[in-house]
Amino acid sequence: MTQATKIDVLMTGVGGQGIILSSDVMAETAISCGYDVKKTDVHGMAQRGGAVTSHVRIAGKVASPLIDEGNVDILLAFEKLEAARWASYLRPGAIAIVNNHSLPPLSVALGTERYPTDTEVIGLLKQRTDDIYLVRGTSLAMKLGDARTLNILMMGCISVFTPFADEAWKKAISELVPPKVREINLTAFDKGKEEVRNARV
Amino acid sequence: MIRLLSGNEAFALGAYHAGVAVATAYPGTPSSEILESVARFPQVYAEWSTNEKVAMEVALGASYAGARAMASMKQVGLNVASDPFMAAATTGINGGLVVICADDPGIHSSQCEQDNRHFARLAKVPMLEPSDSQEAYDLMPLAFEISERFDTPVLARSTTRISHSKSIVKAGDNRRASPRPIAFERNPEKYVMLPTSARLRRPLIEERLVKLANHSETFPYNRIEWGDRNLGIVSSGIAYQYAREVFPKASFLKLGMTYPLPARMIGEFAAGVDRIIVIEELDPFLEESILALGIKVTGKDFIPRIGELNPGIIAESCRRAGLLPKATPLPPIKTASRLPARPPLLCAGCPHTAPFFVLSSIAKRSRNPKTKDTAPRESGLVITGDIGCYTLGAYPPWNVMDTTTCMGAGIGEALGMEKAGLADGKKLVALIGDSTFIHSGITPLVDAVYNQGHFTIIILDNGTTAMTGHQPHPGTGTSAKGEPTQAVDIESIVRAIGVRNVTVVKAFDVKEVRGAIRAAIDSNQLSVIITRGGCSVRLPKRTGPRVIDAAKCNQCGVCLTVGCPAIQTAGDQPLIDATMCAGDACTVCQQICPHQAIAPSNSQ
Repeated sequence: MTQATKIDVLMTGVGGQGIILSSDVMAETAISCGYDVKKTDVHGMAQRGGAVTSHVRIAGKVASPLIDEGNVDILLAFEKLEAARWASYLRPGAIAIVNNHSLPPLSVALGTERYPTDTEVIGLLKQRTDDIYLVRGTSLAMKLGDARTLNILMMGCISVFTPFADEAWKKAISELVPPKVREINLTAFDKGKEEVRNARV
Repeated sequence: MIRLLSGNEAFALGAYHAGVAVATAYPGTPSSEILESVARFPQVYAEWSTNEKVAMEVALGASYAGARAMASMKQVGLNVASDPFMAAATTGINGGLVVICADDPGIHSSQCEQDNRHFARLAKVPMLEPSDSQEAYDLMPLAFEISERFDTPVLARSTTRISHSKSIVKAGDNRRASPRPIAFERNPEKYVMLPTSARLRRPLIEERLVKLANHSETFPYNRIEWGDRNLGIVSSGIAYQYAREVFPKASFLKLGMTYPLPARMIGEFAAGVDRIIVIEELDPFLEESILALGIKVTGKDFIPRIGELNPGIIAESCRRAGLLPKATPLPPIKTASRLPARPPLLCAGCPHTAPFFVLSSIAKRSRNPKTKDTAPRESGLVITGDIGCYTLGAYPPWNVMDTTTCMGAGIGEALGMEKAGLADGKKLVALIGDSTFIHSGITPLVDAVYNQGHFTIIILDNGTTAMTGHQPHPGTGTSAKGEPTQAVDIESIVRAIGVRNVTVVKAFDVKEVRGAIRAAIDSNQLSVIITRGGCSVRLPKRTGPRVIDAAKCNQCGVCLTVGCPAIQTAGDQPLIDATMCAGDACTVCQQICPHQAIAPSNSQ
């Protein structure tokens, strides 16, 4: 990547899925590879099960921490509804990586609103890009024995589309996750890399 | 040393390296992490204060004693602290005193949108505004120096996007010593604000402003960045970053000190460009000041004054104003049906769930989604609310909050409604949390006792300041440093004030909660119910997740009116998400299921 190129990543999901740690890992990885980085999260009330977004901007020099609508290079969605919601943020031809998992809002259980079908979610993203990957993030993380490794597994998925070496990713992961879950998270990272290669829609 | 720091972490590190000795705060998004970060340094005394007013007073006392001190708070926190803040602007300081306030443009997590830059003008004190984490770090030592040199508190103003964004910070390694000795020299003309002394201080404030305005002319973080001379942009804070993104080649006057303004520098900038505009978030604070200098400037006639800005909003506004060429927008995303919203919720296992479920049924506010009943119902209950996680009780399925204004307001409002005559037809209930009660619920409770209120107050005590990230408070018995301290007992306070009807109930016991609320409402006396139950986010281990036995369940829908996010539906069948369920710690759904269809998973 030259000074002129940039990667604008939008991570989306639900409070409690570990998105803020993911965006920290991505930012630290990019810094260790010599890039300027700004990241910003919308949290505050997010711990209460609300929607969470994290913007990570990587380039030679970054001014605004917020990515503009229509400029996202990679969407990393931890939940399907939260992928659909942000479709308009993708630039044409962007990469969209979506965890194949639904967390229906309470309004869906209360019958006042309807959760979109997979076809609808993909259809919304397709209006901007054909480069869509539907990954089995949550089920693979549970198979690993800890659903909370989802966020690092998703890092494995996105890593394939970045110029950063695996060593840089793994160093950032090792520094940021608690020591007793380091090994399982490093395994989750590898699982994510493997999964995304065969997940193109 | 290069680090990725949030603005809040950078404020804290900057203050630490500048020798801050005393740091105070009351939690509030987006400011809370400033104190959390500075509390990690053993050399700094850090406290969660009772409220922002007390935080300001403790910091002011430390400053009077010669220490470098800071108080941090969210934008509405400065409203609470404004009394001592204004007085401090009059007395001046001894050790450097910096007040960090974090505004919340766009109202991510506040009750109002408020531009606190006006406080600098109101108090006639200098204001610094960083535009990224590096500047948040760099400006802190300068803030303390300005404070000491000009004998004034300094306002450091942040916004959500500065406080909660992370960017690279080049930081030093050393903490400097606080420059003044710890000593208090008696000086009534400076520190005792009797009218006679305050009148003596008054002209000094005006002289100070003139000196500060001169200082701002050479302040290194006020700078002109010459580019194309046909457009000059005045900006500060996060808006500068957005504007830089949209106009990479324009000339900029970048202001790090936004009160008082460098009039000569602004004049030089205006003279050097064909057209001058201001790009700022919220109110036309800079714009009106520059207009008052007699310089023709525009901004808010095309840049929105409501909500957060971003590069896209600025670009679009500037296109409409003819400052940028027209662009072809991407086609809008076509949706067949509206996507469901995802508002924040009470967590699975939240101790507020049972009180809200009970109130909702007594007030007849919830509707079972399985029944088609939509007829309006009259409960005769008015519920005044407060600020905390429990404000989410205003949402469906509970709908149990009829007012929320500011911390501590619900109790006074209920009394006011009663005195207005509303209690003749309605029962009044005021809801408040434990941290909020200590913050500002005690004085209105005194008022309700003294002025003979007859309503019910429910203190939802979850043993923490949950909404802002589980900070301890005086009721918890733990200090900001994580050390054990004496806990202030809420029940004893309530009794000591003179409330006769006081009931303490287990928050997860639906029957007990219902009995207490019913009895209090029916008693027609001033009553306080304290519902006690720990915040589920802090639950050390979850055991016994509940499951719904489909054979016993007749899909009546009652469990859905609990409002627990772990209870979902597959078609018409309710089911419990085992990864979310708080299990044995909660059991609220099990208690209210009319068909005994809910049980621990391990019992099957």
